[in-house]
Amino acid sequence: MSASAVHSLWTTAVDPIAKIEAPKIEYGQLSPILIVIGAAVLGVLIEAFVPRRHRYHAQLFTASVALVSGFAAIVALAASGYATTRAGIAAMGAIAVDGPALFLQGTILLAALVGLFTFAERRLDPEAHGNRVDSFAAQAAAVPGSESEQKAVKAGFTTTEVFPLLMFAVAGMLVFPAANDLLTLFVALEVLSLPLYLLCALARRKRLLSQEAAVKYFLLGAFASAFTLFGIALVYGYAGSMSYGTIARVVDGTAPSVTPALAGTTANDALLLVGGALIVMGLLFKVGAVPFHMWTPDVYQGAPTPVTGFMAAATKVAAFGALLRLLYVVLPGLRWDWRPVMWGVAIVTMLAGAIVAITQTDIKRLLAYSSIAHAGFILAGVIAATPEGVSSVLFYLATYSFVTIGAFAVVTLVRDAGGEATHLSKWAGLGRRSPLVAGVFAVFLLAFAGIPLTSGFAGKFAVFKAAAQGGAVPLVIIGVLSSAIAAFFYIRVIVLMFFSEPRPEGPTVAVPSPLTMTAIAVGVVVTVVLGVAPQYFLDLAGQAGVFVR
Amino acid sequence: MSFPLLTATAALPAVGAIATAAVPAAKRTAAKWLALLFSLATFGLAVAILVRFDPGGDRYQLTESHSWIADFGVRYDLGVDGIAVALIALTALLIPFIILAGWHDADPLETGSRRWRPTQGYFALILAVEAMVILSFEATDVFLFYIFFEAMLIPLYFLIGGFGDRAHEHGEETARTQRSYAAVKFLLYNLAGGLIMLAAVIGLYVVAGNFSLTEIAAARADGSLTMATSTERWLFLGFFLAFAVKAPLWPLHTWLPNAMGESTAPVAVMITAVVDKVGTFAMLRFCLQLFPEASKWATPVVLVLAVISVIYGALLAVGQRDIKRLIAYASISHFGFIIMGIFAMTSQGQSGATLYMVNHGISTAALLLVAGFLISRRGSRLIADYGGVQKVAPVLAGTFLIGSLATLSLPGLAPFVSEFLVLVGTFTRYPVIGIVATLGIVLAALYTLVLYQRTMTGPVRPEVSAMPDLRVREVAVAAPLVVLLVFLGVYPKPVADIVNPAVRQTMSDVHKQDPRPEVEAAK
Repeated sequence: MSASAVHSLWTTAVDPIAKIEAPKIEYGQLSPILIVIGAAVLGVLIEAFVPRRHRYHAQLFTASVALVSGFAAIVALAASGYATTRAGIAAMGAIAVDGPALFLQGTILLAALVGLFTFAERRLDPEAHGNRVDSFAAQAAAVPGSESEQKAVKAGFTTTEVFPLLMFAVAGMLVFPAANDLLTLFVALEVLSLPLYLLCALARRKRLLSQEAAVKYFLLGAFASAFTLFGIALVYGYAGSMSYGTIARVVDGTAPSVTPALAGTTANDALLLVGGALIVMGLLFKVGAVPFHMWTPDVYQGAPTPVTGFMAAATKVAAFGALLRLLYVVLPGLRWDWRPVMWGVAIVTMLAGAIVAITQTDIKRLLAYSSIAHAGFILAGVIAATPEGVSSVLFYLATYSFVTIGAFAVVTLVRDAGGEATHLSKWAGLGRRSPLVAGVFAVFLLAFAGIPLTSGFAGKFAVFKAAAQGGAVPLVIIGVLSSAIAAFFYIRVIVLMFFSEPRPEGPTVAVPSPLTMTAIAVGVVVTVVLGVAPQYFLDLAGQAGVFVR
Repeated sequence: MSFPLLTATAALPAVGAIATAAVPAAKRTAAKWLALLFSLATFGLAVAILVRFDPGGDRYQLTESHSWIADFGVRYDLGVDGIAVALIALTALLIPFIILAGWHDADPLETGSRRWRPTQGYFALILAVEAMVILSFEATDVFLFYIFFEAMLIPLYFLIGGFGDRAHEHGEETARTQRSYAAVKFLLYNLAGGLIMLAAVIGLYVVAGNFSLTEIAAARADGSLTMATSTERWLFLGFFLAFAVKAPLWPLHTWLPNAMGESTAPVAVMITAVVDKVGTFAMLRFCLQLFPEASKWATPVVLVLAVISVIYGALLAVGQRDIKRLIAYASISHFGFIIMGIFAMTSQGQSGATLYMVNHGISTAALLLVAGFLISRRGSRLIADYGGVQKVAPVLAGTFLIGSLATLSLPGLAPFVSEFLVLVGTFTRYPVIGIVATLGIVLAALYTLVLYQRTMTGPVRPEVSAMPDLRVREVAVAAPLVVLLVFLGVYPKPVADIVNPAVRQTMSDVHKQDPRPEVEAAK
């Protein structure tokens, strides 16, 4: 490095202290995110200072109040026009406050609220030494099978840390689809991922399986994060900026000026293509699209079921939001480059998810592969590259997340001596033992299969219509065919539940507290209402279909 | 605003389904009566439609139109033409008989959970299917039609898989396996067909911009909406495939014998006499109206497939050892006739096909419901297990005979008129096809009479010697159907009058005229 360069670095570091201005933060527009982060921090303090016997209620109260008021803040923002006319960029260009962001944040908050209810369920597991326990490990640090674990169980410990962890994850998810520069995107990715890695490891039963799932998720997730970060660096080299708007202008060739230090690499298309691909790869990992789906079945199976449900629903919403914004705001100029690739990813994802699911024998793994297939369907809407495509994806995500949480909540109810009975053979004849639970699960499966008059059909129709209008007719045909394949394994489960003889030593259906009942009821109501009268929500998603730049 | 008669006709059974399902477990009989009452009231509304409908009036009458899902361009548009009126009447007429005939089909054998209510479920599902079938006859919005066309699979799936004959020749475990196999096969065939139709429905929307049957058909007629030939053909195929699975047309028919064989006789009647009619009805209403050119393009292939259905179904019926499967293959043969009549593109053919739908519904119901009574007495579906029944149960044998004769289209019974019209209508345009199809009639005589001969005549087998004759409830099912068969056989005018104007409309959609009678020029 030459002397003059050192000198200039030195001077910029010391010289203009007076020029630094306090950043202008639009607290009102950021309030949903701030409320959730505040509640998460408060949750940590509760863990530290509130006596153990009060923690559960204090945490549950804080978290639900925060989620509800966060949602209220979003409704208020949307009502005052931030979703449409007043959409803008807040926090010094870091966060976009626009239709898609608010719609997805609202969906995430509601899904998180329902997910919170399943987290807080304490009636399913038998009482351990007179203490009501939830589905999380008594003490996460106690080695499985060790004496200290037995002590923790005997003392009736519960891991109430799950609530602040959940809230941190939610905070990351709220930022993720709203991130308007690459660094914010990365920070949000980490904030949402790290608590999820931890949560996955916290199952009360089958702890080794749970910890294995968490390690797998963490290792693969860390790889994906590294790819994303590398991609971000390359794109920065290309555009000389982290901001979505500036990058988009450089891509279009309308950027006003170029950072002199990066003159050598600016507008080098190779950097953009490789960098963009790496970032998209990281996001596709989060949505579980083939070929970045390998973690999904193991993690879905090993994680505590409430975590699986929450993760399957909310992570997908957040990650698809981020993907949409990246593709529609930053890379629309590259449409002809990314569309063929995404076509391929969508086709492989739909087919692989549907076909591999057929051979599954565990209900949680089955739902995992089904979620992969659904990621493929949603990608078909992403590819449309039209405002209709955006709104169809938003709508699909909203329908899908409630069905998913509801379905996993039902999975938590079917239990035998070893905890949840997730092997499919144990579900035989469930419809005769408890028609109501089996009936509700059948409704969810029919919604997954996209049978008319369920929300799943409305969502599927919306994305396929958008894809067809965007010129992707072959994609629609493949989507329809893989729906037919997928229908087969959903129906297989229904056959098992209703038309098979119940096993004498089969599982029992636990009677849950009103918390889980609410989660399931919300799932059913959303499934039916969005199936029969989706117009209002389609309008909402339609108005929210435009990204701010 | 006038009373929404069409909505009411569909809503009543839907309400009935919910009410029936809600009846407590102990009050089984009340649930049955409730279901019967709702089905009768629905029939009353169907009669009201029949009365209010003016055959000489507009094409679609009693129309209702509301916005539903504006984002998808979907409207809740209902309207009936003569064909739809006839089929709604048929549906509403048959359901009370189906319920009455299946009175004891779903009484629980073993006591399950306190909440396990098979009887309530059975009758609620039947009413749910009725509601959806009626709505799909009424819908004039393609998307609305599609929704109910697909959604009706689910209650039917549970009806086929959940309920079967009381006694099974191979024991309960095998019966259960075969039932669920039949149900899954039924659902997968129809769902796959339906999903391919979904792609075509989306394609139609991309091309036309809305889903309204009347608007699209009008735009096609006045030339403001043109489709590329290949687009039209692909869309036609997407629609036709779904309908051909439902109808069912050879080679997509294989689900029907399984489904009809394993389900209870009343459910089998519902499948073949009511639900499958949606497929043939939709060919007339959607394929021909929306894609006239493609329909004409496909005619030769469809006709050949239809003739294969006629002959193949009849041949396989001859070889069946199982009464219900025999009737299922006979139905495949009859559906071949119906599809042939539709695609012959002559007014006689299409009138005949529509009449055929109605008559086949009544005749199959008569035959199959009585067959169900017979099977429930002996506990076997195998023809070989019967013999000499007419000596111990003459009334049963007599109604069975009339049902059989109707199935082979004996002159004087209703199906004869329609089969004759179909054959004449086909012959005037496609003589070879018409002649080959006539073979189907000969085979029909063979399989029905052999069925009658083997089960009802001959020496009385010891197992059937104590067989009781038809009970009052069973006579109440069989007698009106027999009367109707004779009445419509002698005097088909009421149905024909309703149907004919609608058929003329359809003919003009496809720009076809009946061929002129040709007179051999004198040399």
